[in-house]
Amino acid sequence: MSDYEIMASPIPPQIPLVEYLALEPEPHLVAHECTACGARFFDRRNACAACFAAEFRDVDVATTGELRSFTIVSFAAPGVPVPFVAALVDCDGTSVRGNLVNTEPDPDHVTLGMKVKLATFPIGTDSAGTEAIGYGFEPAA
Amino acid sequence: MASDDIWILGITMTKFGKHPEKDTVDLAAEAAMGALADADVNMGDMGVLAAGNLMSAAAGIGQQLQKQIGQTGIPVYNVANACATGATALRTAIMAVKAGECDMGLAVGVEKLAGAGLLAGGSKKDDADTWSPRGRFGAVAPLDGRVGTDTMPGVFAQIGMEYGHRYGGATFDLFARISEKNHAHSTLNPLAAYTKKMSVDEIMGDLMIAYPNTRPMCSANCDGAAAAVVVSGERLATLSGEQRRRAVKVSASVLTTDPWQESCQVLPDVNTLTRNAARQAYEQAGVGPEDLDLVELHDCFATAELVHYDNLMLCPEGGAVDFFESGATWRDGSTPVNVSGGLESKGHPIAATGIANIWEICHHLRGEAGDRQIEGAKVGLAHVIGLGSACGVHILEKAA
Ligand SMILES: [Zn+2]
Repeated sequence: MSDYEIMASPIPPQIPLVEYLALEPEPHLVAHECTACGARFFDRRNACAACFAAEFRDVDVATTGELRSFTIVSFAAPGVPVPFVAALVDCDGTSVRGNLVNTEPDPDHVTLGMKVKLATFPIGTDSAGTEAIGYGFEPAA
Repeated sequence: MASDDIWILGITMTKFGKHPEKDTVDLAAEAAMGALADADVNMGDMGVLAAGNLMSAAAGIGQQLQKQIGQTGIPVYNVANACATGATALRTAIMAVKAGECDMGLAVGVEKLAGAGLLAGGSKKDDADTWSPRGRFGAVAPLDGRVGTDTMPGVFAQIGMEYGHRYGGATFDLFARISEKNHAHSTLNPLAAYTKKMSVDEIMGDLMIAYPNTRPMCSANCDGAAAAVVVSGERLATLSGEQRRRAVKVSASVLTTDPWQESCQVLPDVNTLTRNAARQAYEQAGVGPEDLDLVELHDCFATAELVHYDNLMLCPEGGAVDFFESGATWRDGSTPVNVSGGLESKGHPIAATGIANIWEICHHLRGEAGDRQIEGAKVGLAHVIGLGSACGVHILEKAA
């Protein structure tokens, strides 16, 4: 590959779909953990919903987990591609919400208790050329 | 009747279904006037009005209603509490009477929902031209469908499946059979939106909404209203023998919200607050689950009914599947559940539901339920849950 080609196809700048998705060094989720009781939150909280303390630290969430629940959504708002598997994943004690990806969205391919791991993928590029990166979980096989 | 007891003096519900010729206020008025007539009192006796209408929560349904049926200057509380709105309105009137502010009050719940589609996650927002983080998750694009689902059928499907993961046995077929029961029950309820018996095959073969919930396993959007007159025991003692005979005792009135649980930020926990409400209600009423002659619980989806058998402690912990399989919750079983047809068949006009389920219980306790009468019913429980979350549990007892 010539220098010219590298210049012409740069890696686009990336932005995570949500602030709790960290792309570096390897993609992982980050939770705000209450320093008093250990409760974890993905969104910002004014105080801890469990113990009312107001100090948090950022902690990395395990990138592997177990499928604790799911549904296969066949009917959603116009524009939301269906079917897709919405899932609740237990990542080593932290519950995470995300779609199950890279598997067939049917009950024969999705089983409660299956081992899964975090997966990331581009969801689109904006007018400034920035690529947004989403996350889901895929079978760990 | 002890002077500090609270009683339902009159209660009614409109036919649930499509009412294109009536607006929200018409339906509320029909239910309110029906409840007053059933109680044999009038607006002049009311010391408080609590009114619920979720979809137009800012419109002041209580004051609009007064202008149709009687403007007496009494305090109005317009309440909104998701699917627990009706139960919250009733509880508001009960609290006012219990507090001694008045001795009689009216609670009304009304909704026009016929033809409504998905009620959450119902409109996808477009992606912005440039990614910029918004909201408490700093999301650069709408999350519904990208990070799980916001649709109610999908959320409650996961709630049922999670129960299955924990205890086993919660299959597509099982959920369909729960729905089969409620549709069968509805055939005896002339006020239900749908009164069609459905086979398990029909239910499983119908339109899939969010596995394992097919369309007939979801609550039916419809129009409807319900209203109740509550009275203090002291005032009831001064009323006629007929009024005292038909009055139904409110043995427990409880409202709870969801206490923090590890996973509640990613999947609403409808279990803990229901369990807490049930425990408080049984304690207040001095009765146990084994004393209940019938239960109306919040089967917004077939997957929800299963978990609430357990949450309401109708069965041992983890035993909901076996409990259903035993036939206990059919109308001829040991604990008939949703003999009205439930939300799946009777319908779910949101703010009306939490009073309509109490009407169903009262109807049986009064021995007025006709073809679907549960013979000899003396004690019943009504449960609703609104995501967010709020849970209302009322225990009702036949007058001695
Ligand atoms: Zn804490």
